[in-house]
Amino acid sequence: MPNIIETKKLDGSDILEINFGPQHPSTHGVFRMIVQTEGEKIRGLRPIFGYLHRNHEQIAENLPYAAIMPYTDRLDYVNALANNFGYALTVEKLASLEVPERAEYLRVIMAELARIVNHITVIGFMLNDLGAFFTPLLYAFRERERILDLFEEVTGSRLMNNYFRFGGVKRDLTALHLATIHQIVAKFPAFLEEFETLLSKNEILCMRCQNVGVLSPETATNAGITGPVLRASGVNYDIRKVDGYSIYHRFDFKIPLGKKGDVYDRYYVRILEIRESLKILEQALAKIPQGEILNKKTVPFIKMPRNFKPPVGEAYGRVESPKGELGFYVVSDGTPQPWRYHVRAPSLINLTVLEEMCLGQKIADAIIILGSIDIVLGETDR
Amino acid sequence: MIFGAGVFKGMMVTLKNFLTSYYRDRDNGGIFTVQYPEEREKLAENYRNLPFLVYDGAPDQIRCVACGICERECPPKCIHIEMATDAAGKPARKPAVFDIDYSLCMNCGICEEVCPFDSIYMDHTFEITSQAGPRSLIRGKEALARSNDYFRKIRPAMAAAVDQKRKTAEDKKKAAATPPPPQEIK
Repeated sequence: MPNIIETKKLDGSDILEINFGPQHPSTHGVFRMIVQTEGEKIRGLRPIFGYLHRNHEQIAENLPYAAIMPYTDRLDYVNALANNFGYALTVEKLASLEVPERAEYLRVIMAELARIVNHITVIGFMLNDLGAFFTPLLYAFRERERILDLFEEVTGSRLMNNYFRFGGVKRDLTALHLATIHQIVAKFPAFLEEFETLLSKNEILCMRCQNVGVLSPETATNAGITGPVLRASGVNYDIRKVDGYSIYHRFDFKIPLGKKGDVYDRYYVRILEIRESLKILEQALAKIPQGEILNKKTVPFIKMPRNFKPPVGEAYGRVESPKGELGFYVVSDGTPQPWRYHVRAPSLINLTVLEEMCLGQKIADAIIILGSIDIVLGETDR
Repeated sequence: MIFGAGVFKGMMVTLKNFLTSYYRDRDNGGIFTVQYPEEREKLAENYRNLPFLVYDGAPDQIRCVACGICERECPPKCIHIEMATDAAGKPARKPAVFDIDYSLCMNCGICEEVCPFDSIYMDHTFEITSQAGPRSLIRGKEALARSNDYFRKIRPAMAAAVDQKRKTAEDKKKAAATPPPPQEIK
């Protein structure tokens, strides 16, 4: 194991090596870092991951296309619907399938609800790392629970939704469900106001977050960072706008950008993104048409998944998952199973700048910087 | 703004939440704790957990005909089926062995989606803990069998739709089986 960093004296002072994780609550999973410190300052950091490696890609290469869908839920288990979306989009590209109008709307509605769930969870846990112990997290969870209850009613499961199908979705939303979503959307801004009063202007929070873990736009772009971490650095890049996949180009929403790229900006960009998601939801709820929820061509494959054989070729589909660009690369050789299946996990790639952000910071800051990247180990290690 | 005003405002939010939680209702910021296991929340109809087999009439008359589609399509391969044979050694269109490993099942619901005979559905029970080791979670066909009434109880809308579908199919079959009335020859 090449895990040992050489300890040497620098400027006459001792360098201390600290092992952090993998079993530590603030690593958000099983993540390990070896931190080189000089006094309180971080001089080097090496992330070590792979503790949650489950052979996701290899398993998927031995399964029919439809059976991979529940496995994608387990990638980023905080918002399974975004993973479903990415995978469904890729296979639809591969097999050139159309998605009915209503299904597109249902997809956007569910994906945006999942984004809200993800962002409030992340903010809650990040504040937890900062020492605002569990109060903001539980306020966030109170709201999250309403959305998860809706997910359970519609998809059958709170977290492992398995809701998307190629060319549509599994179940239609009834008028009652739509009314519930309306209610959630209507109530949410009041909660966000309260949440912001709770901590956004808190002096302690500001002191600990502002100018900590600064990520310059140049470094972020060079390292391929995506998602709220990139946008907090002021780079306007959102795949919903760039690609306009599904029907996102029809909605009117803004891309919130940060100025400095510090931990505070990453926190605040997420709150603003929730507001934009609410805007998308409002528009989608107002415009949702009646109609089919599944492409007629794929209806027989629901009963016979093994007969679904996309033509020979390859496709790369990507979505703006709440964590960044989530991409799926699938190569088909005309059999019921993909020949190659690869996931571009945003959590993994966003981790690459962790050392860059932590250098020169205090030990306690490393925890919040890690929290502000928003990693999920299910996706990082796969 | 005075230094510390942000902290003070935040504290007021927690105080307000603490006080109002006593008189507000559950959905509006009130206390929402459920005293499990004495109290239970009602599960949504579409909630899915672990699969079970449906029977009509007696418990040994499960609808399953051992076609093996769910066994093949199950992503973690937790289903094992063996077809029964009759006295002459012909396949009897019912399972001799139908095991589901509950410890392996990932609750995806693909088995209920692919089943062409409306015989396997996802259950609402989740309290399956046992101290007898992992093998006790492998359920045989007797342990998996549930009556159609039970299915109607946990998932009323879905069961009604399935019953309707089966009834029309049966009527059609009957209509096809009865010979047409003989025509008079002149």
